Amino acid sequence: MLQISCPHCGPRAESEFSYGGEAHIERPKDPAALSDAEWAEFVFLRDNPKGLVLERWNHALGCRRWFNVARDSVSYEILAVYPMGSPPPALEPRRYV
Amino acid sequence: MTGRMRLPQGGLVKRDETLSFTFNGKSYKGLAGDSLAAALLANGVHLVGRSFKYHRPRGIVSAGAEEPNALLQVGDDPRTEPNLKATQVELVAGLKAAAQNAWPSVDFDVGAVNSLAARFLPSGFYYKTFMWPASAWKTYEHFIRRAAGLGRSPSRRDPDRYDKTFAHCDVLVVGAGPAGLAAALAAGRAGARVVLVEQDHLLGGALLSQPGAAIDGKPALDWVAAAEAELAALPEVRVLKRTVCHAAFDHNFFGLVESVTDHLPQPPEHLPRKRLWKLRAKQAVFCCGAIERPMVFADNDRPGVMTASAVRSYINRYAVRPGRRAVVFTNNDSGYGAALDMEAAGIEVAAVVDTRPVPAGPLSERAEALGLRILSDSAVIAVEGKKRVRRVRVAELDAEGKNWVGAPQVIDCDLVANSGGWNPTVHLFCQAKGRLRWDDVHGCFVPDKAMQWGQHVAGAANGAFGLGACLREGAAAGAGAAADCGFAEASSAAPQAENHDFLPGRWLWLIPGEQPLGRKAKHFVDQQNDVTAADLRLALREGYSSIEHVKRYTTTGMATDQGKMGNVNAIGIVAEALDRHLPDVGVTTFRPPYTPVTFGIFAGRDVDDLLDPVRRTPMHAWHERNGALFEDVGQWRRAWYYPREGEDMHAAVNREVKATRDSLGILDATTLGKIDIQGPDAATFLDRVYTNGWLKLGVGRCRYGLMLKEDGMVMDDGVTTRLGEQHYLMTTTSGNAAAVLAHLEDYLQTEWPDLRVYLTSVTEQFATMTLSGPNARSLLAEMTDADLSPGALPHMAFTPGKVAGVPARIFRISFTGELSYEINVPASFGMAVWQALMTAGERYGITPYGTEAMHVLRAEKGFIIVGQETDGSVTPLDLDMGWIVSKTKDFIGKRSLTRADMAKPDRKQLVGLLTSDPQVVLPEGAQLVEKVLPQPPMPMLGHVTSSYWSPNCGRSIALALVKGGLARKGETLYAPLADGRVIPCVVAESPVFFDPEGERLK
Repeated sequence: MLQISCPHCGPRAESEFSYGGEAHIERPKDPAALSDAEWAEFVFLRDNPKGLVLERWNHALGCRRWFNVARDSVSYEILAVYPMGSPPPALEPRRYV
Repeated sequence: MTGRMRLPQGGLVKRDETLSFTFNGKSYKGLAGDSLAAALLANGVHLVGRSFKYHRPRGIVSAGAEEPNALLQVGDDPRTEPNLKATQVELVAGLKAAAQNAWPSVDFDVGAVNSLAARFLPSGFYYKTFMWPASAWKTYEHFIRRAAGLGRSPSRRDPDRYDKTFAHCDVLVVGAGPAGLAAALAAGRAGARVVLVEQDHLLGGALLSQPGAAIDGKPALDWVAAAEAELAALPEVRVLKRTVCHAAFDHNFFGLVESVTDHLPQPPEHLPRKRLWKLRAKQAVFCCGAIERPMVFADNDRPGVMTASAVRSYINRYAVRPGRRAVVFTNNDSGYGAALDMEAAGIEVAAVVDTRPVPAGPLSERAEALGLRILSDSAVIAVEGKKRVRRVRVAELDAEGKNWVGAPQVIDCDLVANSGGWNPTVHLFCQAKGRLRWDDVHGCFVPDKAMQWGQHVAGAANGAFGLGACLREGAAAGAGAAADCGFAEASSAAPQAENHDFLPGRWLWLIPGEQPLGRKAKHFVDQQNDVTAADLRLALREGYSSIEHVKRYTTTGMATDQGKMGNVNAIGIVAEALDRHLPDVGVTTFRPPYTPVTFGIFAGRDVDDLLDPVRRTPMHAWHERNGALFEDVGQWRRAWYYPREGEDMHAAVNREVKATRDSLGILDATTLGKIDIQGPDAATFLDRVYTNGWLKLGVGRCRYGLMLKEDGMVMDDGVTTRLGEQHYLMTTTSGNAAAVLAHLEDYLQTEWPDLRVYLTSVTEQFATMTLSGPNARSLLAEMTDADLSPGALPHMAFTPGKVAGVPARIFRISFTGELSYEINVPASFGMAVWQALMTAGERYGITPYGTEAMHVLRAEKGFIIVGQETDGSVTPLDLDMGWIVSKTKDFIGKRSLTRADMAKPDRKQLVGLLTSDPQVVLPEGAQLVEKVLPQPPMPMLGHVTSSYWSPNCGRSIALALVKGGLARKGETLYAPLADGRVIPCVVAESPVFFDPEGERLK
């Protein structure tokens, strides 16, 4: 069970949070202008990298606020927690074979 | 005396405390401090079970968690527990144990005929033989499971209690051997909050079995006692004995199981039997020691064949002689320790058989000096004796160690103490995804790099096998872990001790037998699963070359011991057969738990009423008093129907439905989700989350809305009311309230943070009751000061007012198609208002109706229920609800509705369905076909989503999702049922079966 530092409540067990998938996927401003393929890219397609992942978490059983997390998908180490709407912090890429 | 094999002195047992116990119904005596295995051996009992597949007689082979054979059924039903390792069960007065894989007894076991048929029971036998024909597996399985069972479950529910504890610490130390004690002392002295976990009931680890060891010039156990006292005095240190750290999870989160009362003959009432610790540590130090590896030689499973370290434990810790005349068989120096201890305890050592050409090392030298008979460059090639070792045959090895040469000599003995080297206990380190590396010199896998931060390994678990190194590494790791938590290092020197490990060694993975491998004798690799070296070779011949595949095919390393003794031998044998370097074959994945964990511990107190919270409405007690039956809707308990004397469900529901349409019904609708929405941008927000327009809804008006996910599928529906200029109340499906709130919050916080909108769940703040039927207005008018005239409160309008003197919100909305009022009052007034309405409503024959009648009433009107007519793959267009989808604005999911897939003519669409015979009610879930074929499979068009008897229509009605259904109106479809009936039905012109013009709403 991960230990996640909620920016508002501090470090808490993963069971208090809900997962929101990949971060930095903004809802298109004008969906009608998109092709089917572009819309499908937004709705359905997500990356699944080995190494650094940027993802959304919600402190559902706490303050109910959403925030972003930078995490290593191999070691599960949490590398950064940053607010919604902010760009990800500069992080070393993680390389795994 | 407590057994004829008890030594007259020594050991850590209490000689003045004799305990009686039974094994297989026979009474024995042991001593306090004995393990069950020790007490059995003290009474000369070696034979404790039959093996899994061949039913071979099996004895105790170890003195610890690695035991593959001595798995016993302990205790009386329902407090009986299977598969307990006799080596780990503490003896208590009155303990009852029994062998479990033998019938009728361990001495005479019918299943042993499997042994004769062994040539026909190769690995993969079950896969190959019983998987065809597939339908017969259920028959085979019953017999296979019975024949190969490992113990019995209790027949009744567990009478014991289990607790859970959540804890945090700076440094977790696993294992209280020399390394663990040194680590805990170093971290504790630095001021860190330390938890030291030990599965045994004594601290000391391997030192408990090595009385000659010395630390800082004094007996090692004196140092252990001093360490225990010091740890007890440190306020931030907690020592958990009888506690297994069975799992290492992410971010240094650990599962520990503490055995609280199993060792007490009369457990006090207030204590749980076991306690699950969920522990989060900042740092972890694994000091789990090492497990001795047996050697793989012919018939190495005969009772009386034990590991050398187990022999030392039984002699030194328990003062038990495991035999009278022993042969030691070793490939390293540590086996000689058993020879020396046996010699000192008066057990005759017939010979030490050593595979090494030149026996070397401090213990070997002492044995030589003592004049013990040492046969070097030799091996045990045969073991005789079915239920107990009687003699072995020993021969010299060739240079490669692959064959024996010369003439074998016969040595009589009743005990074989064997040592094939040592494996560090790396399980927790590997569960946490730490990487291993192969140590060629020590012939074992040792920890390389931890995957997670803050994890250290020290002592034998780290491949540092000498006592001096264990103490040094432990102290350094403990101090380092404390320092990483921010504690200044305390200046204390690590304790000193001699530092011999078990080198040199000669690592032979497979000892040749008299016959070619697989002929007559068996070389067991995994005794618990009856996997032999020949089985591994067979798996390789059949093309399984990955060690993970070999494991699954042969089952080596599975079951309760998880290959603690056998895995490295299996890898060695596979590597040799493939002619590869051992580490290139790799290891199998380590998964929790380290040792088996009883299920009760995971349930804890979360059973019965505490399993899941139950939500009840404020009027629940009324429903109970009035005979309601209940159904679960999410966590809610909802009144289902209210049967009167002599009524079945059908009669009760018909009565409730008729009464509502004829006069007046009342429903407890409290469970509807209610979300209070406020803020200047609330209308804009609703306009984006619902498919229809919301900008023009006036204050005091209600509107039905449909909510989609971004994929265009229906997520929820409900009525939202504009209570004030910037104030709305949204209702949701009962089971969906939390999900809808989360969905709305997500968009507000992450996509549209510029919108000033505030959401509050108010589901439980209000009690909701719905009056429905032609007399709804008459009754409510008597009870309220609000103006209910159609002009003042038309359909889909809201007014505040008092009902029965209580401030209320009155909504004129309808889920039945009748004139209806939904009344919200503060939850604490719910019961009072409900009772007032029931009393005043008597003159109208007011009838409480439950969820079943509600379903019939809404189905008569063709109203959907999200989750029943929809399943996450249904769009508003599929529901023929295009009228509620705005063409002019964007909303969540809109773009998905114009994807090419959404326009496919064969999408499943919602239609009404009328059976050709109006008396027949289709079962919900029935599949629909166009043409009935003689037998399945046949192309399926869809399924029935709702189906009821409608007393108002005087016939059955149904809703269904049907491929291209909207274009099939008037077509006849068929519902072939499991019982052989085929029910013809016609797709209705409209799913609205009752009052299609909506006259009754007026």
